[in-house]
Amino acid sequence: MTTTEIPAADGKGLVKIGQPLLRREDEPILRGEARFTDDVPIPGALYMEVLRSSHAHARIRSIDTDAARTSPGVVAVYTGADLAGEWVGQIPVLIAPDPAPLLAPRWGPIATDKVNYVGEPVAVVVAETRARAADALEAIVVDYDVLPAVVSPEDACTDRVVIHDELGTNKAYTWEVVITPESVDAAFADAAYTVKQRHIQQRCLPAPMETRAVCAVPDPMGGGGFTLYSSTQMAHLLRTLLAMTVGVPEQKLRVIAPNVGGGFGSKLQTYPEESLCLALARRLKRPVRWVEDRSECGVAMIHGRGQVQDIELAADSDGKITAVRVHLLGDLGAHCKLFTPGIPVIGGPFYHGCYDVPAFAITITSVYTNLPPTDAYRGAGRPEATYAIERAVDGLAAEMNMDPAEIRRRNFIPPFENGHQTVCMVPFDSGNYEPALDQALELAGYEQLRKEQADRRASGSTKHLGVGIASYVEVCGYAPSRMMAAGGGKFSLWGTSVVRFLPTGKIVVTTGSHPHGQGHETSWAQIVSDRLGVPYEDVEVLHSDTAIAPYGVLTGGSRSLSVEGAALSVTCDKVIAKAKTLAAHLLEAAEGDLEFNDGSFNVKGTPSRALPITGLAHTAAFDAHLLPEGMEPNLSAETTWDPPNFTFPFGTHIAVVEVDEETGAVALVKFVAVDDCGNQLNPVIVEGQVHGGLVQGIGQALFELAAYDDDGNPLSPTLADYLVPSAAEVPSFTLGSTVTPSPSNPLGTKGVGESGAIGSAPAVINAVVDALAPLGVTNVIMPASPMTVWRTIQAARAAAPNAKENGR
Amino acid sequence: MKLELTVNDTPHVAEIEPRTLLVHYLRDVLGLTGTKIGCDTSSCGTCTVLVDGESVKSCTVFAAQVNGAALTTIEGLAGDDGLNRVQQAFHDNHALQCGYCTAGMVMAAVSLLEEQPDPTEADVRGGLEGNLCRCTGYHNIVKAVLSCGRAAER
Amino acid sequence: MISAAFDYVSARSVDEAVSALTEHGDDAKLLAGGHSLIPLMKLRLASPSVLVDVGRLRDLSYVRDTGDEIAIGALTRYRDLEINDRLQADLPIVAHVAGLIGDPQVRHRGTIGGSLAHGDAASDMPAVVLALDGTLVARGPRGERTIPAAEFFCGFLETALAPDEMLTEIRLPKATGAGWSYQKFRRRALDWAIVGVAAVRNGRTGVALVNMGSTPIRASAVERALASGSSIADAARLAADGTEPPSDLNADPEYRRHLAEVLVRRALEEADGAVTAQR
Repeated sequence: MTTTEIPAADGKGLVKIGQPLLRREDEPILRGEARFTDDVPIPGALYMEVLRSSHAHARIRSIDTDAARTSPGVVAVYTGADLAGEWVGQIPVLIAPDPAPLLAPRWGPIATDKVNYVGEPVAVVVAETRARAADALEAIVVDYDVLPAVVSPEDACTDRVVIHDELGTNKAYTWEVVITPESVDAAFADAAYTVKQRHIQQRCLPAPMETRAVCAVPDPMGGGGFTLYSSTQMAHLLRTLLAMTVGVPEQKLRVIAPNVGGGFGSKLQTYPEESLCLALARRLKRPVRWVEDRSECGVAMIHGRGQVQDIELAADSDGKITAVRVHLLGDLGAHCKLFTPGIPVIGGPFYHGCYDVPAFAITITSVYTNLPPTDAYRGAGRPEATYAIERAVDGLAAEMNMDPAEIRRRNFIPPFENGHQTVCMVPFDSGNYEPALDQALELAGYEQLRKEQADRRASGSTKHLGVGIASYVEVCGYAPSRMMAAGGGKFSLWGTSVVRFLPTGKIVVTTGSHPHGQGHETSWAQIVSDRLGVPYEDVEVLHSDTAIAPYGVLTGGSRSLSVEGAALSVTCDKVIAKAKTLAAHLLEAAEGDLEFNDGSFNVKGTPSRALPITGLAHTAAFDAHLLPEGMEPNLSAETTWDPPNFTFPFGTHIAVVEVDEETGAVALVKFVAVDDCGNQLNPVIVEGQVHGGLVQGIGQALFELAAYDDDGNPLSPTLADYLVPSAAEVPSFTLGSTVTPSPSNPLGTKGVGESGAIGSAPAVINAVVDALAPLGVTNVIMPASPMTVWRTIQAARAAAPNAKENGR
Repeated sequence: MKLELTVNDTPHVAEIEPRTLLVHYLRDVLGLTGTKIGCDTSSCGTCTVLVDGESVKSCTVFAAQVNGAALTTIEGLAGDDGLNRVQQAFHDNHALQCGYCTAGMVMAAVSLLEEQPDPTEADVRGGLEGNLCRCTGYHNIVKAVLSCGRAAER
Repeated sequence: MISAAFDYVSARSVDEAVSALTEHGDDAKLLAGGHSLIPLMKLRLASPSVLVDVGRLRDLSYVRDTGDEIAIGALTRYRDLEINDRLQADLPIVAHVAGLIGDPQVRHRGTIGGSLAHGDAASDMPAVVLALDGTLVARGPRGERTIPAAEFFCGFLETALAPDEMLTEIRLPKATGAGWSYQKFRRRALDWAIVGVAAVRNGRTGVALVNMGSTPIRASAVERALASGSSIADAARLAADGTEPPSDLNADPEYRRHLAEVLVRRALEEADGAVTAQR
C-alpha cells in the first residue's frame, strides 16, 4: 500500500474513519516551534546535575561535598542522607507476578548507604547555570567500599553475592503456569520430533531521541502548588505517584508532558530526577530543572529485554506441535520499577505463539542483578516470547526438512471472529493468521527467493542468501480492569475522553491519552469528524496536562486507540443521543423518526428540513430555554471506557538477508511486514508505526546491545557505542495488511504500536540462520554482529568438519 | 568573549563564555529551541544547523569557532508563503512522529539536496547517515527527501 | 555536556598559532574542525586550559599541484577534498576516503590536518597517507620541517609533532592511473572502521591498516611479500603480521586479524581491478 495520494477533507471539511490523513501535529514541529520539556522557558530556574555511582555494587563510606558547595554559582549540594526527609513513601510496583510472592527491595530516588548499579544517583548539585552545576559535580568526592558485582542473571541465581541483604536472596519470584503437566510430559515422551533451544534477549536501551528532562516550578502565584514539566508517557499517573512518594498533595500538583520525543516504554516511569526536582523546588522555593545527557540516559533510564530463554517443542510426525515447555530467567536489574517484575510475565502466555498447542508449561524465575532495572520497552514481553517460539518453530522446520512457511500453516490456530480460549486460558479476541502469511509470502516473492537461494548455494558464493519468516500474535489494548487484576495488575487502566461542544459549534476534546509521536490529535479529531459529522478542523484535541485533561493512566502497550479512542467514540454516541432528543423536540417529531447524516438531523424522508448538530450545540448552550424539560444545557459528554477484553493483533514478517561468510557481515536486503491491527483508523499512521517498530526489532537483531563488563561497568552508554541503526543500515520496507476487526471495542481496532518490533527480530535472525544453514549453523545470538556471526560460523565448522567448505 | 553571528538573517551580538557550544548559544541565549540536543558524541544529528549553507552538528562546534558566520536553523526555513519544500515534503510523507529528530533531519536534508539535487535512494540513505531517528524507521524520511529531488519534480 | 572552561585564542596566522602554543605549553591545544577534540572535552576527558583556534586560517585550505606531488593544506576540510577535481584525477583514493569519513556534517567541519595531528589509529586518513608514503610539513618556533608519514605516528594518540608545532601541509605523491582501494569495515555507516585497509598499487604497492594497533600502521609484511612476487592471496595472509590489534565491543584481536587478511585481499584485488577498469 502506498499513501502518496492523501485526500484532504471533503468539501464540508469532513473526514472519515479509515481515510488516510496527514497529521496536524506536524507543522509546529517542522517550524521548530513545538516545545519539548527542555525547551520550555522558565525564568529564574536553577539547574540540577546528578552525581551517579561509578560502581555497580558498593557501600558508600562517605561523600565529601565541601569543595562543590563553594564552587562558583552553586546554590546547594545534597546527598541521599541530606534528602532522606523529603520522601513520604516508596514508589510501588504496579504489576506483580500473582499469585507468586514477589520479593522486592526498598529503593529511593537517591542512594543513602549503598549503590546497586552504575548510574544510581548519589548526590545532586543545584546551581545558577548548567555549566556551573557540571563544574561543581566534578568536585564531589565519594569514598566507596566496593563489593563484588552480580552482572549475569545466571550468577544471580547462585546467590554467591546477595545484592539486597534484607531479601536474603537475589530471586525475586518464580511464576509457574503448567497446563495439565502430565500432558506436557506425555507429549514430549510421544514426540516424533523435539526441539530444544536457548536464546538470549540481550539488554537493549530504549534510546528515545529525546532523553528525559524535568522542570519543577513552584506556583508563581503562591498557594503552595507546583507545576512539573516532564518528558513522560504518563502525566496523570506520574502526578499520583509523586504525590504518594514526595508528599505534594495530588490536587496541588499539576503535571504537564509537553511534546515528548519518543518513549517506547522508557518514559512509563517515575524516575528519581522527577522526585528530586520536585523535592528541591519545594526545598529551595525556586524552579529546578534537569536534562539528561545521552551518556546518563544509557544508565539512568530503564533497559529493555534482558532474559535467558530455554524453549522446547514437541511435535508429531506431521509437524503438528504437541507441546511447548519454557523456562525463563528474567534479569530485573537492581530493583523493581513500576512494571519490572511483570514484563517476563506479560510475555508468558505468548510462548506458544499463534499456534494451536494442546499442552503448555512455563516457569519464570526473575532475579536481581547489579545493572539498571529493566522494564517496558516496545513490546514488553511479547517480542521476547515471539522470538523464542518463532526461532523454535524454525528449528522444527529444519529438523523435519520442511519449509518454514508450511510448518506454520500446519499449526496456526484456525480462524475465529469472536473469542478463542488459548491453552493458557487467554481469551483471544479475533484472529485469522494464514492470510497474513500468504500475503507476506506473495509480497516477498517467496518462491523466487527460494530459487535464488538455491542458485546462489549452487554457485558456491560466499555471500549467502537467507529468508526468515516470523508469525506472531500479541496482546494490546491494556485496560480491562478485571482481567488486569487477575493477571497481577495493581492498578487499573481504563480510559476517558470528553467532548465539549462550544457555543460556536466548535469542539474541544480532552483525553486521558498521552501521545508522544502517535498522532492522537489527528486521530481523535478524525473520530469526532466521522462520528459527529463536523469539520475536522473544528475539533481541537487537548491532552497530557493534568489541569486540562481527564485522568488517563498512560500511553503504552498500543492501547490508546482501543481505550481512549474507543471512549471517544462512545462519547460521540452520547452527544448524538442528546442532540437527537433536542432535535426531535425542536422538529416536533418522535426521536425514532429522525435520521442523522453528515452532522444533521432530519425527519426520515424530509431531508430538506435538517438541523445541523453544530446549531443544536449553539441552541443547547445559548438558547437553553428551548431545551425540553429536564435536559441539561450544553451538548457535552464524557465516557470512561473499561473494555471487556484486550485486543490481540497478529501478522507475519519476512526478512531477506545476505551474509558475508568471510567477514560475518549481515546485510538486510528486503523486509516485508503484513500486520493485522483490526480496523485501521488512519493507514498513514499505521504504516508509520510499523516502519519504526521494524527498525527497533532489526536493531535488536543486528546492532543493539547494552554491554557491560564483568564488574558491571557500562560499555555502550553513548550513541557512538550503542548502535541505533541509521537510514544507511536499513532498506525501504514492503508493507501489507489484513483486517480482522476486534470485538473488544466499538472501533474494532487492535493497536499497532508494537507489532513492527515484535515480528522483526525473529524474522531477521531466522533469515541469518537460514542463510548459514549449509555451513551447519543452527543458531545465532543477538545482536548478530559481524564478529558474532563469524565466530558462529567458525564454531559450526569446528563441530561439523564435513559441512560444506567454502571460500579460501 | 564577544560573538557576532547572523542567525536566520538577523544579526546578533552577545558576550559569551568561550566554552559555549553553538547549540547552547542558539537554544539558551537566542531562545531558538527548535534545534535539539540528542547525544554527547556527534552521533545523532538532532542539533544539525546550516553554517554558511552547510550542515554542521552544532553540539560539536564552539560558538566562538563560527564567529561572524551566517547560520540557518529550523526556525529560519519557512517563508511567508509557508513551509519550505523539504518541510512540506516531510509533512506530505508522514516523515515525522515524535518530532525530536525532525529539525536536524530536515536541516541535513536541505544540505544534502544542495549538494546532490537529484539523489538516488542510496544517496539519501548515505547522506542522512549522521542523523538518527527512533520513530519512523527512516522509510518515510527517505521518501520525503527523494520527493524533493529533481527527478521527482519532472 | 559542557566542557571545562578554557581561554580561547583565535589565531590569524600560523606564526600566531605557534607563538600561542609556545607561550602556553602543554596546557594549550590547537583547535581545527574540532571533531576529534570537542567530544573529548565535552566528556571532560580532555580539559586544555587554552584553545588556539586555527580554523580561520583559510590560506591553509588548498589542494595544489606541485609537479610530482599534490600538496594539501592542513586545514582543508574533508568535504573540499571529496569534491576536489585535482584529487579525483591524481589521487582519487584521497577524495574517495574523505567522502567516507564520519557523516556529511562531520565532513563539513573536519580537516585532514586535524585528523592526522590527532593520530588516531581508528581514523581513515592516516592510513591513506601512510599507504601513499606522504610527507607532513610542520611549523614550529624553530621554523619548518618535513616528517615522512612513516615516522609521524609514534604511539597512542601521539605524533612526531612537538607541543609547539603545527601541522601545515600534507604532500602526497601523485598516483594518477594507479590501482587503489579503500576497504572500510564497520557496522554502521557513521562509525569508525573496525578495520580499514588502504591499498595503492603504482609500480610499488603501499598497504596500510586502520585500527590494527595503537597507531595507524603499514602492512609491511604484505608489501614485502608482494614486492618479492607473492600472489595477492598469499600476501594477504600476512596482513596481521606484527600487529597488536585492540579489543572492543565490535572486535577482539583474533577477529581483527582475520578481518585484516580478508580486507587486504579484497583491497589488493580491487586495486588490481581498478587498474584495468580505470574507474
